[in-house]
Amino acid sequence: MTFLDFEKPIAELNARVAELRETADAGAIDIEQQVASLEAKADKMLRDTYAKLTPWQKTQVARHAQRPHLRDYIAGFVADFMPLAGDRAFADDKAIIGGLGRIGERRVMVIGHEKGDDTATRLKHNFGMAKPEGYRKAIRLMELADRFRLPVVTLVDTSGAFPGVQAEERGQAEAIARSTETCLQLGVPLIAAIVGEGGSGGAVALAAANRVLMFEHAVYSVISPEGCASILWRTAEKAADAADAMKVTAQDLLKLGVVDRIVPEPLGGAHRAPAVAIAALGAALGEEIDALVALDTATVRQQRRAKFLAVG
Amino acid sequence: MSWIDKVRNSIPFIVKRETPENLWYKCPQCGAMTFLKEFEENQSVCPKCQFHARIGADKRFDQIFDSGVHTPLPAPAVREDPLKFRDTKRYVDRLKAARTATGETDALLNAKGEIEGRRAVVGVQDFAFMGGSMGLAVGAAFVAGVEAAIAEKAPYIIFTAAGGARMQEGILSLMQMPKTTVAIQMLREAGLPYIVVMTDPTTGGVTASYAMLGDVQLAEPGALIGFAGQRVIEQTIREKLPEGFQRSEYLLDHGMLDMVTHRHQLRETLAKLIAYLVPEAIAA
Ligand SMILES: [Zn+2]
Repeated sequence: MTFLDFEKPIAELNARVAELRETADAGAIDIEQQVASLEAKADKMLRDTYAKLTPWQKTQVARHAQRPHLRDYIAGFVADFMPLAGDRAFADDKAIIGGLGRIGERRVMVIGHEKGDDTATRLKHNFGMAKPEGYRKAIRLMELADRFRLPVVTLVDTSGAFPGVQAEERGQAEAIARSTETCLQLGVPLIAAIVGEGGSGGAVALAAANRVLMFEHAVYSVISPEGCASILWRTAEKAADAADAMKVTAQDLLKLGVVDRIVPEPLGGAHRAPAVAIAALGAALGEEIDALVALDTATVRQQRRAKFLAVG
Repeated sequence: MSWIDKVRNSIPFIVKRETPENLWYKCPQCGAMTFLKEFEENQSVCPKCQFHARIGADKRFDQIFDSGVHTPLPAPAVREDPLKFRDTKRYVDRLKAARTATGETDALLNAKGEIEGRRAVVGVQDFAFMGGSMGLAVGAAFVAGVEAAIAEKAPYIIFTAAGGARMQEGILSLMQMPKTTVAIQMLREAGLPYIVVMTDPTTGGVTASYAMLGDVQLAEPGALIGFAGQRVIEQTIREKLPEGFQRSEYLLDHGMLDMVTHRHQLRETLAKLIAYLVPEAIAA
């Protein structure tokens, strides 16, 4: 596992444990005691560190390369997933993946950003930075779900929409605006979960939902802390200050009423025990779908609109 | 403070001579010097090269409404500085400075009146107020403008100008994207047109929400319009941007606009659109 900078003391303790184990005769009692004591210390350090992560530290956890990604969540809690592709106009943007599946007993449409896990898949998915065709695919799938009365679940994990010449030419802004509009128009429940990074317009385009869930250490913001720092502080070095000032954490966003529910992560973050995190999210989404699925078209739309009109 | 005083204090292109009648406007595009009075009579467009200078709400209302007659709509009260934000300066101090410089409370103002005898509610974003940025006040004003349009059975016409979302309001500024979108849906359901006129510059979260959702999309010539900033794009793709990239004419070529309209033709174009789009039963 890759340790983050602020986890260095924990990494060092773990390394010492490993070293002791390797050099000592197996079963020697004094070594076992020393190992146990060091492990307890590392565990406490991990617990203490994660109990008071700063917003900037959470940003790093949210971006951790080994954090579960869309395909892990789908493999974990979406049964019989059937991916659907393309915007029917230009291309299939693999930064956004979507398709039919079941969560528990419920048939659903699942849509989300995929960042990829290694060089090949990161390039394939463009690091989770979608282009207009990605948002237009999301629009198509949301409308499809609406016609067949399937609740929509979105999983948000993007640093933002892709900034490029062709993306602008094909109407990046328009695609994001229409995707947000489609979220707000749906007559079926829409439940969004910010699972890693919720980066700006590229995130909200999939997250104008009836219920917005957020992982304990995920972040959601109007601009990246680096971007905010380079504009307001005139140096990206001040990203930690920007993350503090902008209130990017799940805990802050719950207080601001932007997020409805925090999904707890395993000790030390979702990347330390992905299966636990994935199961927790699957269970939470199941509960949310069950709570909304009985609402009629007008009520579900009205509830969503009233919620965003009230922001302020 | 009169409009001229405001401009004199805030725009460096105006060269002071001894008397107000002798004020000059220097065009930042072609360098031509024009008497300020002549420049203003030309709707703040350079007579030599047709450069459209940025204008605020007062000037815009004067140009758009019949004989300039309009009723300003009250700005809705919103929570101020909800995050207690501070960068190198406190956000409350930046707000105070912007208010002193512009004489306005925030970046979006609404007014109602008539355009060639047809009722309209018009919103104008002022780039001079913190780059026109969208925060709680802009979102609330947009919703209030739409509500006024519904009450008046009139179209809502928005003149956009913004560097994007107001970072100092964090996620709450991002939430103005869905919030303003809900307002547009309300207007649509009331059967009333929503007309967007993009002015220089319209970028970021404003473009990616209400600026791109018009029933009809207009832009003034030469306006910078886009989602991502040019510097960010250059750093990402590491190549030079194409000629005219993210300008009104370029967006028209790429199908993002219905028309690019000279400021001199805006009023009659809007009047025509209203006549076509507002159902006669409603307009009566
Ligand atoms: Zn000129």
